Amino acid sequence: MRGIVYLCIGVFFGIVLFKSEAASWFRIYEMFQFRSFHMYGIIGSAVGLGIIIIQFIKRMNIRSFYGEKIIFSPKKKGFRNYMFGGIIFGLGWVLVGACPGPMFTLLGAGYLPILVVVAAAIIGTYLYGLLKDKLPH
Amino acid sequence: MNWIFEPWPWYLGGPMIAAVMFLLIMVGKNFGMSANLRTMCAICGAGKKVEFFKFDWKAQRWNLIVVIGTVIGGFIGSHYLSDNTAVAINVNTIKDLNSLGFASAGDAYLPTELFDNNSLTDIKSLAILIVGGLLVGFGTRYAGGCTSGHAISGLSDLQIPSLIAVTGFFIGGLIMINFLFPLIF
Repeated sequence: MRGIVYLCIGVFFGIVLFKSEAASWFRIYEMFQFRSFHMYGIIGSAVGLGIIIIQFIKRMNIRSFYGEKIIFSPKKKGFRNYMFGGIIFGLGWVLVGACPGPMFTLLGAGYLPILVVVAAAIIGTYLYGLLKDKLPH
Repeated sequence: MNWIFEPWPWYLGGPMIAAVMFLLIMVGKNFGMSANLRTMCAICGAGKKVEFFKFDWKAQRWNLIVVIGTVIGGFIGSHYLSDNTAVAINVNTIKDLNSLGFASAGDAYLPTELFDNNSLTDIKSLAILIVGGLLVGFGTRYAGGCTSGHAISGLSDLQIPSLIAVTGFFIGGLIMINFLFPLIF
Protein backbone atom coordinates (compact mmCIF):
# COMPACT_ATOMS: atom_id res chain seq x y z
CA MET A 1 0.00 0.00 0.00
CA ARG A 2 2.75 2.45 0.89
CA GLY A 3 4.41 1.45 -2.36
CA ILE A 4 1.52 2.94 -4.30
CA VAL A 5 1.90 6.19 -2.38
CA TYR A 6 5.63 6.39 -3.33
CA LEU A 7 4.76 5.59 -6.91
CA CYS A 8 2.14 8.34 -7.08
CA ILE A 9 4.52 10.89 -5.55
CA GLY A 10 7.09 9.86 -8.16
CA VAL A 11 4.61 10.17 -11.03
CA PHE A 12 3.63 13.64 -9.84
CA PHE A 13 7.31 14.62 -9.53
CA GLY A 14 8.05 13.32 -13.04
CA ILE A 15 5.16 15.26 -14.56
CA VAL A 16 6.17 18.45 -12.74
CA LEU A 17 9.80 18.16 -13.85
CA PHE A 18 8.78 17.67 -17.46
CA LYS A 19 6.03 20.27 -17.61
CA SER A 20 7.94 22.98 -15.73
CA GLU A 21 10.82 22.41 -18.19
CA ALA A 22 13.24 21.82 -15.30
CA ALA A 23 14.25 18.69 -17.22
CA SER A 24 15.17 20.70 -20.32
CA TRP A 25 18.86 20.99 -21.21
CA PHE A 26 18.07 24.41 -22.70
CA ARG A 27 16.63 25.75 -19.43
CA ILE A 28 19.75 24.70 -17.52
CA TYR A 29 22.00 26.38 -20.08
CA GLU A 30 19.89 29.54 -19.99
CA MET A 31 20.00 29.57 -16.18
CA PHE A 32 23.78 29.58 -16.12
CA GLN A 33 23.77 32.45 -18.59
CA PHE A 34 21.58 34.39 -16.13
CA ARG A 35 19.28 35.18 -19.04
CA SER A 36 16.00 33.99 -17.59
CA PHE A 37 14.26 33.98 -14.27
CA HIS A 38 12.53 30.67 -14.97
CA MET A 39 14.85 28.19 -13.21
CA TYR A 40 15.60 30.64 -10.40
CA GLY A 41 11.87 31.04 -9.96
CA ILE A 42 11.38 27.27 -9.73
CA ILE A 43 14.22 26.63 -7.29
CA GLY A 44 13.62 29.86 -5.35
CA SER A 45 9.90 29.32 -4.86
CA ALA A 46 10.46 25.64 -3.99
CA VAL A 47 13.04 26.59 -1.34
CA GLY A 48 11.01 29.53 -0.04
CA LEU A 49 7.97 27.36 0.45
CA GLY A 50 10.17 24.49 1.64
CA ILE A 51 11.62 26.60 4.46
CA ILE A 52 8.11 27.49 5.64
CA ILE A 53 6.98 23.85 5.43
CA ILE A 54 9.94 22.47 7.38
CA GLN A 55 9.81 25.20 10.04
CA PHE A 56 6.09 24.55 10.43
CA ILE A 57 6.61 20.79 10.80
CA LYS A 58 9.42 21.32 13.34
CA ARG A 59 7.71 23.98 15.45
CA MET A 60 4.31 22.36 15.49
CA ASN A 61 5.79 18.89 16.07
CA ILE A 62 3.75 17.62 13.17
CA ARG A 63 3.70 13.85 12.89
CA SER A 64 3.80 11.94 9.63
CA PHE A 65 0.62 10.71 7.92
CA TYR A 66 1.28 7.40 9.69
CA GLY A 67 1.58 9.04 13.10
CA GLU A 68 5.35 8.60 13.32
CA LYS A 69 7.75 11.24 14.60
CA ILE A 70 9.43 13.16 11.75
CA ILE A 71 13.20 13.24 12.02
CA PHE A 72 15.38 15.72 10.13
CA SER A 73 18.98 14.60 10.07
CA PRO A 74 21.37 17.56 9.75
CA LYS A 75 24.12 17.25 7.12
CA LYS A 76 27.58 16.45 8.44
CA LYS A 77 29.88 19.43 8.92
CA GLY A 78 32.45 19.88 6.23
CA PHE A 79 33.58 22.02 3.37
CA ARG A 80 35.84 20.33 0.86
CA ASN A 81 33.60 17.42 -0.06
CA TYR A 82 30.62 19.74 -0.53
CA MET A 83 32.57 22.29 -2.55
CA PHE A 84 34.64 19.91 -4.70
CA GLY A 85 31.79 17.46 -5.19
CA GLY A 86 29.47 20.35 -5.99
CA ILE A 87 31.82 21.75 -8.64
CA ILE A 88 32.20 18.33 -10.29
CA PHE A 89 28.43 17.90 -10.23
CA GLY A 90 27.91 21.39 -11.71
CA LEU A 91 30.28 20.65 -14.60
CA GLY A 92 28.30 17.55 -15.50
CA TRP A 93 24.90 19.09 -14.84
CA VAL A 94 25.36 21.77 -17.49
CA LEU A 95 27.03 19.43 -19.97
CA VAL A 96 24.18 16.90 -20.08
CA GLY A 97 21.51 19.27 -18.77
CA ALA A 98 20.14 16.70 -16.36
CA CYS A 99 20.57 15.93 -12.69
CA PRO A 100 19.56 12.66 -11.01
CA GLY A 101 15.80 13.43 -10.96
CA PRO A 102 15.26 14.82 -14.47
CA MET A 103 17.39 12.11 -16.09
CA PHE A 104 14.71 9.57 -15.15
CA THR A 105 11.93 11.90 -16.31
CA LEU A 106 13.64 12.17 -19.69
CA LEU A 107 13.97 8.42 -19.88
CA GLY A 108 10.20 8.15 -19.55
CA ALA A 109 9.72 10.93 -22.08
CA GLY A 110 11.44 8.65 -24.55
CA TYR A 111 14.88 10.19 -25.09
CA LEU A 112 16.92 7.03 -25.47
CA PRO A 113 20.43 8.60 -25.28
CA ILE A 114 19.67 9.60 -21.67
CA LEU A 115 20.18 5.91 -20.87
CA VAL A 116 23.87 6.48 -21.55
CA VAL A 117 23.84 9.35 -19.05
CA VAL A 118 22.07 7.24 -16.41
CA ALA A 119 24.51 4.35 -16.89
CA ALA A 120 27.48 6.73 -16.72
CA ALA A 121 26.08 8.38 -13.59
CA ILE A 122 25.80 4.98 -11.89
CA ILE A 123 29.40 4.22 -12.88
CA GLY A 124 30.45 7.68 -11.67
CA THR A 125 28.84 6.95 -8.31
CA TYR A 126 30.70 3.62 -8.21
CA LEU A 127 34.00 5.38 -8.97
CA TYR A 128 33.37 7.75 -6.07
CA GLY A 129 32.79 4.78 -3.76
CA LEU A 130 36.01 3.24 -5.03
CA LEU A 131 38.10 6.39 -4.50
CA LYS A 132 36.28 7.74 -1.45
CA ASP A 133 39.11 7.20 1.06
CA LYS A 134 41.68 8.86 -1.19
CA LEU A 135 39.68 12.06 -1.68
CA PRO A 136 39.79 15.17 0.53
CA HIS A 137 36.64 15.39 2.66
CA MET B 1 -7.86 23.53 -18.57
CA ASN B 2 -5.72 24.40 -21.57
CA TRP B 3 -2.92 25.60 -19.32
CA ILE B 4 -2.09 22.00 -18.51
CA PHE B 5 -0.92 21.42 -22.06
CA GLU B 6 1.18 24.59 -22.12
CA PRO B 7 4.60 24.72 -20.41
CA TRP B 8 4.03 25.32 -16.70
CA PRO B 9 5.30 28.62 -15.29
CA TRP B 10 7.84 28.65 -12.47
CA TYR B 11 5.24 29.71 -9.91
CA LEU B 12 3.46 26.40 -10.47
CA GLY B 13 6.55 24.21 -10.90
CA GLY B 14 8.45 25.44 -7.84
CA PRO B 15 5.62 25.06 -5.30
CA MET B 16 4.79 21.65 -6.78
CA ILE B 17 8.36 20.50 -6.21
CA ALA B 18 8.06 21.77 -2.62
CA ALA B 19 4.86 19.69 -2.43
CA VAL B 20 6.80 16.59 -3.50
CA MET B 21 9.27 17.22 -0.68
CA PHE B 22 6.41 17.82 1.77
CA LEU B 23 4.64 14.58 0.78
CA LEU B 24 7.83 12.54 1.11
CA ILE B 25 8.50 14.03 4.56
CA MET B 26 4.92 13.32 5.59
CA VAL B 27 5.24 9.65 4.67
CA GLY B 28 8.38 9.50 6.82
CA LYS B 29 10.93 9.69 4.00
CA ASN B 30 13.11 12.37 2.47
CA PHE B 31 13.52 14.01 -0.90
CA GLY B 32 16.83 13.06 -2.53
CA MET B 33 17.14 11.44 -5.92
CA SER B 34 20.86 10.80 -6.20
CA ALA B 35 20.83 8.27 -3.35
CA ASN B 36 19.20 5.96 -5.88
CA LEU B 37 22.38 5.84 -7.94
CA ARG B 38 24.19 4.47 -4.91
CA THR B 39 21.39 1.96 -4.34
CA MET B 40 21.63 0.84 -7.95
CA CYS B 41 25.38 0.25 -7.49
CA ALA B 42 24.60 -1.86 -4.43
CA ILE B 43 21.98 -3.87 -6.31
CA CYS B 44 24.55 -4.57 -9.02
CA GLY B 45 26.78 -6.13 -6.36
CA ALA B 46 29.20 -3.22 -5.77
CA GLY B 47 29.07 -3.98 -2.04
CA LYS B 48 31.17 -7.10 -2.56
CA LYS B 49 34.15 -5.01 -3.56
CA VAL B 50 33.62 -1.56 -2.08
CA GLU B 51 32.70 -0.84 1.52
CA PHE B 52 30.71 2.28 0.55
CA PHE B 53 28.11 0.10 -1.14
CA LYS B 54 27.75 -2.36 1.73
CA PHE B 55 24.46 -1.23 3.18
CA ASP B 56 20.95 -2.51 3.42
CA TRP B 57 19.74 -1.30 0.05
CA LYS B 58 16.38 -2.93 0.60
CA ALA B 59 15.63 -0.12 3.05
CA GLN B 60 15.95 2.19 0.03
CA ARG B 61 13.37 0.38 -2.09
CA TRP B 62 10.81 3.13 -1.46
CA ASN B 63 13.10 5.61 -3.25
CA LEU B 64 13.47 3.30 -6.24
CA ILE B 65 9.68 3.20 -6.46
CA VAL B 66 9.73 7.02 -6.55
CA VAL B 67 12.21 6.75 -9.44
CA ILE B 68 9.93 4.38 -11.34
CA GLY B 69 7.14 6.90 -10.78
CA THR B 70 9.39 9.69 -12.08
CA VAL B 71 9.95 7.71 -15.29
CA ILE B 72 6.20 7.15 -15.68
CA GLY B 73 5.57 10.83 -14.93
CA GLY B 74 8.00 11.83 -17.70
CA PHE B 75 6.08 9.59 -20.10
CA ILE B 76 2.71 11.01 -19.09
CA GLY B 77 3.98 14.60 -19.14
CA SER B 78 5.46 14.38 -22.60
CA HIS B 79 2.91 12.11 -24.31
CA TYR B 80 -0.41 13.12 -22.79
CA LEU B 81 0.04 16.54 -21.23
CA SER B 82 1.95 18.47 -23.89
CA ASP B 83 0.85 19.93 -27.22
CA ASN B 84 4.25 21.22 -28.15
CA THR B 85 7.41 20.56 -26.17
CA ALA B 86 9.62 23.28 -27.70
CA VAL B 87 11.18 25.32 -24.91
CA ALA B 88 10.90 29.07 -25.38
CA ILE B 89 14.28 30.13 -24.05
CA ASN B 90 15.71 33.63 -24.21
CA VAL B 91 16.28 34.90 -27.77
CA ASN B 92 19.90 35.78 -27.07
CA THR B 93 20.49 32.31 -25.63
CA ILE B 94 19.10 30.84 -28.86
CA LYS B 95 21.54 32.97 -30.85
CA ASP B 96 24.47 31.88 -28.67
CA LEU B 97 23.50 28.23 -28.98
CA ASN B 98 23.05 28.51 -32.74
CA SER B 99 26.57 29.85 -33.04
CA LEU B 100 27.84 26.93 -30.94
CA GLY B 101 26.19 24.57 -33.44
CA PHE B 102 22.91 23.84 -31.62
CA ALA B 103 20.46 24.46 -34.45
CA SER B 104 17.58 22.98 -32.43
CA ALA B 105 17.67 25.75 -29.77
CA GLY B 106 14.18 27.20 -29.37
CA ASP B 107 12.53 24.39 -31.36
CA ALA B 108 12.97 21.37 -29.11
CA TYR B 109 12.82 20.17 -25.50
CA LEU B 110 16.38 18.82 -25.63
CA PRO B 111 19.08 19.59 -28.20
CA THR B 112 18.68 17.04 -31.00
CA GLU B 113 22.45 17.33 -31.48
CA LEU B 114 22.89 15.39 -28.22
CA PHE B 115 19.64 13.57 -27.61
CA ASP B 116 18.20 12.23 -30.83
CA ASN B 117 18.91 8.59 -31.51
CA ASN B 118 21.69 9.37 -34.00
CA SER B 119 23.87 10.54 -31.14
CA LEU B 120 24.11 6.93 -29.98
CA THR B 121 26.36 6.28 -32.96
CA ASP B 122 28.15 9.63 -32.96
CA ILE B 123 31.43 9.39 -31.05
CA LYS B 124 31.51 13.02 -29.93
CA SER B 125 27.91 13.11 -28.68
CA LEU B 126 28.36 9.77 -26.99
CA ALA B 127 31.56 10.96 -25.30
CA ILE B 128 29.77 14.10 -24.03
CA LEU B 129 26.89 12.04 -22.61
CA ILE B 130 29.29 9.62 -20.91
CA VAL B 131 31.60 12.27 -19.45
CA GLY B 132 28.64 14.38 -18.29
CA GLY B 133 27.00 11.38 -16.66
CA LEU B 134 30.22 10.34 -14.93
CA LEU B 135 30.70 13.87 -13.55
CA VAL B 136 27.10 14.03 -12.30
CA GLY B 137 27.32 10.61 -10.64
CA PHE B 138 30.73 11.17 -9.10
CA GLY B 139 30.10 14.76 -8.03
CA THR B 140 26.70 14.17 -6.52
CA ARG B 141 27.93 11.38 -4.26
CA TYR B 142 31.10 13.30 -3.34
CA ALA B 143 28.93 16.27 -2.37
CA GLY B 144 26.42 13.97 -0.67
CA GLY B 145 23.43 15.07 -2.72
CA CYS B 146 22.14 16.70 -5.86
CA THR B 147 19.64 19.39 -6.76
CA SER B 148 16.86 17.66 -4.82
CA GLY B 149 18.88 16.62 -1.76
CA HIS B 150 20.92 19.82 -1.37
CA ALA B 151 19.31 22.67 -3.34
CA ILE B 152 15.73 21.84 -2.33
CA SER B 153 15.76 19.67 0.82
CA GLY B 154 19.02 20.97 2.32
CA LEU B 155 18.41 24.67 1.73
CA SER B 156 14.82 24.30 2.94
CA ASP B 157 16.23 22.90 6.19
CA LEU B 158 18.74 25.81 6.31
CA GLN B 159 21.74 23.49 6.09
CA ILE B 160 25.08 25.29 5.61
CA PRO B 161 26.69 22.24 3.92
CA SER B 162 23.95 22.37 1.31
CA LEU B 163 24.65 26.03 0.68
CA ILE B 164 28.32 25.15 0.10
CA ALA B 165 27.33 22.34 -2.28
CA VAL B 166 24.92 24.57 -4.23
CA THR B 167 27.66 27.22 -4.48
CA GLY B 168 29.84 24.44 -5.92
CA PHE B 169 27.10 23.51 -8.41
CA PHE B 170 27.14 27.08 -9.68
CA ILE B 171 30.90 27.39 -9.85
CA GLY B 172 31.03 24.15 -11.85
CA GLY B 173 28.20 25.21 -14.14
CA LEU B 174 29.72 28.61 -14.83
CA ILE B 175 33.14 27.09 -15.57
CA MET B 176 31.51 24.65 -17.99
CA ILE B 177 29.51 27.28 -19.87
CA ASN B 178 32.07 30.04 -20.01
CA PHE B 179 35.35 28.18 -20.39
CA LEU B 180 34.71 24.62 -21.51
CA PHE B 181 31.74 24.95 -23.89
CA PRO B 182 33.74 27.05 -26.38
CA LEU B 183 36.38 24.27 -26.39
CA ILE B 184 33.91 21.37 -26.63
CA PHE B 185 31.38 22.72 -29.14
